[in-house]
Amino acid sequence: MAQSGRISRPAWLSHWPGLVAALLLVVLVFGTLLAVALRAEGGRGLGPADWAAIRFTLWQAVLSAGVSVVLAIPVARALARRSFTGRTALVTLLGAPFILPIIVVVLGLIAVFGNKGIISITLSVFGFEPISIYGYHGVILAHVFFNLPLATRLILQGWLSIPAERFRLAASLGMGPTDIARLLERPMLREVIPGAFLVIFLICLTSFAVALTLGGGPRATTVELAIYEAFKFDFNLGRAALLALIQFAMGAGGALIAFRIAMPGDMGTGLDRAVQRWDDSPIQRVMDVVFITLASLFLLLPLMMVVLNGVPGLLSLPPSVFQAAIRSLVVALGSAFLTLTLAMSIAALVVQRGAWLVEGLGYLTIAASPLVVGTGLFLILFPFVKPSDLALPVTALVNAAMSLPFALRALVPALTSVERDYGALADGLGLHGLTRVRLLWLPRMRQPIGFALGLAAALSMGDLGVIAMFADSQGVTLPLQLYRLMGAYRMEDAAAAAVLLLGLSLLLFWIFDRGGRVNADT
Amino acid sequence: MKKTLSFVAGLALMAHSAAADTPVLQVYAPDYFASEWGPGPGIEQGFEAQCDCDLQFITGDVLPRILLEGERTDADVVIGLNTDVTARARASGLFAAHEQDTSALTMPVAWTDDVFLPFNFSYMAFIFDNTKMETPPASFEALLDMPDDVKIVIQDPRSSISGLALLLWVKSIYGDKAPEAWERLAPKILTVTQGWSQAYGMFTDGEADMVLSYTTSPAYHIIAEDDMTKSAAIFEEGHYLFVEMAAKLKTTDQPELADAFLDYVLTEEFQTAIATSNWSYPSKLDASLLPEKFNLLGVPQKAIFYSEDEAEALRKPALDEWLTAFSK
Repeated sequence: MAQSGRISRPAWLSHWPGLVAALLLVVLVFGTLLAVALRAEGGRGLGPADWAAIRFTLWQAVLSAGVSVVLAIPVARALARRSFTGRTALVTLLGAPFILPIIVVVLGLIAVFGNKGIISITLSVFGFEPISIYGYHGVILAHVFFNLPLATRLILQGWLSIPAERFRLAASLGMGPTDIARLLERPMLREVIPGAFLVIFLICLTSFAVALTLGGGPRATTVELAIYEAFKFDFNLGRAALLALIQFAMGAGGALIAFRIAMPGDMGTGLDRAVQRWDDSPIQRVMDVVFITLASLFLLLPLMMVVLNGVPGLLSLPPSVFQAAIRSLVVALGSAFLTLTLAMSIAALVVQRGAWLVEGLGYLTIAASPLVVGTGLFLILFPFVKPSDLALPVTALVNAAMSLPFALRALVPALTSVERDYGALADGLGLHGLTRVRLLWLPRMRQPIGFALGLAAALSMGDLGVIAMFADSQGVTLPLQLYRLMGAYRMEDAAAAAVLLLGLSLLLFWIFDRGGRVNADT
Repeated sequence: MKKTLSFVAGLALMAHSAAADTPVLQVYAPDYFASEWGPGPGIEQGFEAQCDCDLQFITGDVLPRILLEGERTDADVVIGLNTDVTARARASGLFAAHEQDTSALTMPVAWTDDVFLPFNFSYMAFIFDNTKMETPPASFEALLDMPDDVKIVIQDPRSSISGLALLLWVKSIYGDKAPEAWERLAPKILTVTQGWSQAYGMFTDGEADMVLSYTTSPAYHIIAEDDMTKSAAIFEEGHYLFVEMAAKLKTTDQPELADAFLDYVLTEEFQTAIATSNWSYPSKLDASLLPEKFNLLGVPQKAIFYSEDEAEALRKPALDEWLTAFSK
């Protein structure tokens, strides 16, 4: 995909923003790793338990990404083909699992799929055995729950990128669903799926609390948990750095394979008309309804349980929780615009120069161990500043880096098409630098920019990030406050804080995503 | 980029606004300790009323953070270290003697440590809902003999201090037979969580029948929620003692304040407050001064306790036994 973006023309935007962004990422990913490694005092190499963790991590990440993508295809197709009242709201809501703190999602999943969950209770009413979520299938279930929305969203964007004129042409040529699938949809999928698979694979690589809890115990030990063990149990920084490097290498390996498989797509330009389809049939309609219903139930039931649990306590939440919410909103907004700045700079460099290494780096931030990044930043900053003074900016920065892969996923292909379709015109008009950004990129890329901003803001809102390592007792964010409530036995207040968090994250996502879609017919 | 930088600078400035003429005592504490709902705020208020200073809690993973910072640490005092990790803390050479008289402590075991000063303790225990479980196990042996459909949630010793305490508890009772004990317990373990909060949340949500916590956990439900349904199962073999301690840093630039704080830790004011703010037993308080409802708690007949050296030596082999039993 990166290679496909290469267009040899004089530079329209200076390279330095992209290079600065890349340098920042190098420091965040490798600088922190180095800082941790330099503090190491020897230590043992990899034991059998580590190799088991590496095998399990790879296995669950591949399977989770595979299942998420396979299930997302029919859901995305159904959403692309159907228009119904509340579709936009549904698409936004379906994104919710992805942006919630892990601890909340786990409790929501257990409320539905657990021993005493609504499915088990319903089954036992009819005399069936209850189901158990704990085991390898629980790990996959949870990861699919987290990532199905993202996969659906990415694939849906692929569908929406096929210009309406193509379908019109297909219809006038008398093509049936099979021909449309062969000539329009499969090439699009071939382009979109490796990227979607890769992003989810990378997310699942660093999974840890979800895998442990729903995996039923130490058999579900991932590399990130081994890093935790090295830190907390052994205080062996060398081992932590080594494991973090291995985790990163697994991500890089996955990225190389995905990029090799990806086929550059070329759907051409259309006039941005609303897609109208002529290849409908009753069977398709029924199937689409079934897929949309099933996906909605799967994703929304656990969220509903979270909401039902938390709403009663919402009004009696202590004021400090709302103060933390405001702090989180500030961090989320800062993080979102930081993500956009970084992603746009990198996207420009990638499209202009084919700098695939920089693009790859942008993706791989998510394969970095959050614990090592946090500790490394701490080690780098501690000699110069009081860590708690920088708690919020550092959290915003790390959250931005973690959102970067999703922003790049949305922006790089969009910028590639914009430059391919309108670049020559813009060159002819002498549009360069920020003028080109303002007059060509921003208007043409409203939708992916809105999506990237919304996702980055929502992700930052829900992520614990590195705040726990930097905060003092005062300047905490909402997710940290939620953990503190739980730590003080206040499970009901924590449930209410989770609803507040869910609501604010969705609101942020909706505002940005909506803003990006004003005037867009999708 | 420029905008981002000024955003960062703006936030940094906001954080700096508190001017400091009064001396500052920096106390590193675990997150739960210094949170609004922990003992932190009360202690801060109480100590500041008498010290003419500004007590600031810095939260996080206390020991790893101190070890990361080494001698350059800004900490004057740490609070909330647990006995099972103090061997490493002591070996760092970063801590100074507390110079407190520990002869009058009301701990269940004699205490002679001259560096780490205990401020409260509890016992590891399995908590259950007494409306759902009529005959709780009266011994660890009985727990292992319970049917496998009784579901228990525990914490992972690799990421949680209470999970580590369970390892040592089992080791102290079963010794060489610990692997068999784990194998008998494993089918009843619903799952293993990263930390205490998640496990306890699963228990209060009704997903698990029992959860690894402390004998004093029911006190929260009894006193704060007026809920009598949660009890700790008391085992005749004894319960592992969980002690939390405070210590002074050698490198402190406020040695007098740090000493004054350690004095304060053993005062009646601090000790009476800790029972219902950290849900635990104070380390130096006559039983008659405990909150009345603490009488309703089950009390172990025997406290099991490993010295920090024993704990340090047993940690790794006990973890390997645990991992082996749970990987089958």
